[in-house]
Amino acid sequence: MAKNDELIGLSLAEARDKLKAKEITSAELTDAYIAEMEAGRDLNAYVLETAEQAREMAKASDAKLAKGEGGAIEGVPLGIKDLFCTKDVRSTACSHILDGYTPAYESTVTSQLWRDGAVMLGKLNNDEFAMGSSNETSFYGPVTNPWRRNGDDTKLVPGGSSGGSSAAVAAKLCLGATATDTGGSIRQPAAFTGTVGIKPTYGRCSRWGIVAFASSLDQAGPITRDVRDAAIMLKSMAGHDPQDTTSVDRPVPDYEAALGQGVKGLTVGIPKEYRVDGMPEEIDALWSQGIEWLKAAGANIKEVSLPHTKYALPAYYIVAPAEASSNLARYDGVRYGLRVDGKDITEMYENTRAEGFGDEVRRRVLIGTYVLSAGYYDAYYLKAQKVRSLIAHDFRQAFSEVDVLLTPTAPSAAFGIGEKSDDPLSMYLNDVFTVTVNLAGLPGISVPAGLSKEGLPLGLQLIGRGFDEETLFRTAHKLEEAAQFTAAPEAWWRS
Amino acid sequence: MSVDQNTVRHIARLARIAVRDDELEHLASELNSILDWVEQLGELDTSDVEPMTSAVETTMKMREDDVTVGNMQDEVTRNAPASEDGFFVVPKVVE
Repeated sequence: MAKNDELIGLSLAEARDKLKAKEITSAELTDAYIAEMEAGRDLNAYVLETAEQAREMAKASDAKLAKGEGGAIEGVPLGIKDLFCTKDVRSTACSHILDGYTPAYESTVTSQLWRDGAVMLGKLNNDEFAMGSSNETSFYGPVTNPWRRNGDDTKLVPGGSSGGSSAAVAAKLCLGATATDTGGSIRQPAAFTGTVGIKPTYGRCSRWGIVAFASSLDQAGPITRDVRDAAIMLKSMAGHDPQDTTSVDRPVPDYEAALGQGVKGLTVGIPKEYRVDGMPEEIDALWSQGIEWLKAAGANIKEVSLPHTKYALPAYYIVAPAEASSNLARYDGVRYGLRVDGKDITEMYENTRAEGFGDEVRRRVLIGTYVLSAGYYDAYYLKAQKVRSLIAHDFRQAFSEVDVLLTPTAPSAAFGIGEKSDDPLSMYLNDVFTVTVNLAGLPGISVPAGLSKEGLPLGLQLIGRGFDEETLFRTAHKLEEAAQFTAAPEAWWRS
Repeated sequence: MSVDQNTVRHIARLARIAVRDDELEHLASELNSILDWVEQLGELDTSDVEPMTSAVETTMKMREDDVTVGNMQDEVTRNAPASEDGFFVVPKVVE
């Protein structure tokens, strides 16, 4: 096996250990990933490669490692979703309206990764302003899923909005990636690509320096190859930040230490409302399989009810666009990004925003403006926030009886590029199992658990109590052990 | 509640997004299909429910009202499409 294949075959945890033991250097590991990143350009996972910066960071890491110093993930090469502001490195949220924007500051989450020694390979593609479930709304074009259906080379979506992150991790174009999740944007792409993705509790990671979509729902988290890697990355990303008033001041546990604890004595809830009409039989079968695995590992299984589940998506499509329309008011052609001239300042604003926003973003800004406009606030936004209370209450009730919930992550496997892009509502249904978690502010993790009949990865989701990521990690680790998910996509993009 | 073309023109104006007349019909139908779908929330009686104001129960944090960052005019204006002497330049607003 070629040296590079050996290097990129290491998980984040393995690479970390070998770097610390000086069996490998960050320079050679980083070079191997730069080569993969360049060979994988057909996937369109990266929107900006920062190879030179990566080599410098790797060199600095090696100097520390040589002295027996360095942070928790010293020398580990990562990809960064373009939604994160990175100092002096173009950050556009994959929107035309942020053309050429190079922040003068670093997001808190990425600064913590650099503090702990990580190396940045580049910026990863995402749906424009993270609005989408397929990465097709990006100004830089769609990302192609490294996975294909058996005997079929149709290009599939990698999920969204963190589609560059999920594709890059699945294709081994980085050791792990940052991502964000407003309605499912970490977990659904993880499920579509056979990777692990965790959205932590709202407030666990600072939102400072992350381009805002819907502020009461947005959370950062990692996408990685396995559960241990996710635990390692989240530990670095999480923590209190005085610059985000919604960030919560409580200690960050050692998530990796939770992994070996098993699930004996835990009660796993199965929410009956997640058995939705028209769910493919294979997803239902995978879910049942997951229940059997956890039962065999010593967990108690209990059916629970979350009666307001079906109202989560409609509530989300009021709350998220409303908050987006406010957050995106800042893109006015004055302070950064694109400007399109007009005969006066108002026309300049209107022309800039017409050209700068793609169709899906425009649709959501218009919906949000409408539901917040005079006379409609109570009927829409206030109503949706009340429904949110009901959904949060459902979870509280369930968690008085169980420790963790098990559900499918997404209602289907990855679909073809262009298959759903003409129908916003059918696209929105991708988030049916994930969006409840954002509305209630809870943590959720997606774990690859099996393959569809067509040979595509499928994920199972675990939902936990607020700030109980440790129970998620230990349960996810058991699921991973039982599923033995070793399938990998053929590296067709290298040829 | 159904959105007609005039309403679309009005909200596009509020959102400061230029919309061509020939886009209005299509946009109205898209917005209506989304608004019709969210109407199902009306099935729920929420008269005794408090709206959620925070995803995590927390008391609003306070801090001293001190200046912590500043003196970075160059950094603040360096991404502007047009700037001069540390100011943002916009089309003339007053006649």
